[in-house]
Amino acid sequence: MTVKLTVVRSGALTTVQDHGRRGHAHLGVPRSGALDAPAMNLANRLLGNAPDAAVLETTLTGCALRPDRGVTVVVGGAPCPVTLDGRPAAWGMPLRVPAGAVLDAGGVSAGVRSYVAVAGGIAVEPVLGSRATDLLSGLGPAPLRDGDVLPLGAPAGRPTPPDAAPWPAPPAELTLPLRLGPRADWFTPAAPHTLTSATYRVSQHSNRIGLRTEGPPLERVSTGELPSEGMVLGAVQVPPDGRPVVFLHDHPTTGGYPVIGVVAEPALAAAAQAAAGTPIRFTLG
Amino acid sequence: MTPSRPVQVRPAGRHALLVDLPDAERTGAFHAELLRRRAAGTLPPVEDIVPGARTVLLDGVAHPDELARRIADWDVPSRAADEGAVVEIPVRYDGPDLAHVAALWGVGVDEVGARHSSYPYRVAFCGFAPGFGYLTGLPAELHVPRRDTPRTRVPAGAVALAGPYSAVYPRATPGGWQLIGTMPDPTPLWDLTREQPALLTPGTRVRFVPEISGSVDGTP
Repeated sequence: MTVKLTVVRSGALTTVQDHGRRGHAHLGVPRSGALDAPAMNLANRLLGNAPDAAVLETTLTGCALRPDRGVTVVVGGAPCPVTLDGRPAAWGMPLRVPAGAVLDAGGVSAGVRSYVAVAGGIAVEPVLGSRATDLLSGLGPAPLRDGDVLPLGAPAGRPTPPDAAPWPAPPAELTLPLRLGPRADWFTPAAPHTLTSATYRVSQHSNRIGLRTEGPPLERVSTGELPSEGMVLGAVQVPPDGRPVVFLHDHPTTGGYPVIGVVAEPALAAAAQAAAGTPIRFTLG
Repeated sequence: MTPSRPVQVRPAGRHALLVDLPDAERTGAFHAELLRRRAAGTLPPVEDIVPGARTVLLDGVAHPDELARRIADWDVPSRAADEGAVVEIPVRYDGPDLAHVAALWGVGVDEVGARHSSYPYRVAFCGFAPGFGYLTGLPAELHVPRRDTPRTRVPAGAVALAGPYSAVYPRATPGGWQLIGTMPDPTPLWDLTREQPALLTPGTRVRFVPEISGSVDGTP
């Protein structure tokens, strides 16, 4: 019989995530998937889950869950207090949750997104090969609500020992290495210098679609409209207000604002954990 | 039928290329060439081939610099007008912006449908929402601007115009396009029960087929 997980407290925004949907961008389907993929991968590894097991991604305020049978979980990613029926429990390592007990992943003490992985994975029906919630186009399960019941898969592997699990600390300063292009020529020659020398900060309006920034606006030489073109993950798109937006996993597949540069994908995991106000340094490389 | 070469291949990060093309027609031809080469197994692995209005994005490429050099040497044949699958979309020309579009076109309200459905269309690219295709084919003199104020809700199946494009909304979303008609049953536009969920994929040819006027019930 399938083990069920009841959502006791859904938190500000908790979604089901895995590695997302690849190869459908030409149909207008974003990649989606966990924003901090290394954190998801580590949580799954600690449980002996398959790499494509779906997990829960929380936002700032965590979530609380109650399984109807005993399950093993890992809460990782952004550090947060973990409790089992109100008693402190381990963060960042496998934890046994007895049947009917409430696992609460609390508000983050740093970072943005905690991950709750469960042995066997969240077994909602996949859509286009992925169980991920895509907030831009609405594919996959809706964000969790209190009272939702999630099916779990059968635990596949044996949990690995938690020694030396390298959970990186959320960034105090976010460094985003980027390569200029494809539309750097839409900006003044000073714009790349501004981008890489000024301090930007993470805007509170950031979400799974993009990391919005506050800082000096980047000026364009060309004010015309860019015909819609394909957008990649990590694209630094500059809307008319001149404040760069770094596209994250739920980004639109095509867009009409010029992209001054593209941030390397490995740096985006830290971007997913950079809280509002975190200083950002864009570097060339 | 002169072969044409892409104007410029631009880097888009470490694993993607954005190929700039001079116009929509040559963008479509270049996209078709990429699909031919992919089918023939002569294109190195590319995760996503995403056409835009005048670009094609190649994303998820292991060695983009090498591919960029190869692309520069390609001779890309023009695309034949009858190349690609045809999809017929039944339309009831009853949209709330019909009178406005008729005025912009300088025709009677009841002529908009006949005009709009008289041209062959092709999906230039997709975006905005899964299953939303940007269709080219409307002659330049019939291009209309977007509405000044977008609607907070455009119903699924709305047949709409903006700039050079026609489109059919696969589901209800906000939207700023001029609504001229309705596809009575829009479910085939995006159907996850099909192996290929999108009806309108880049390169697909589209014919709008007006529904007989007797079926118009007068409600928008």
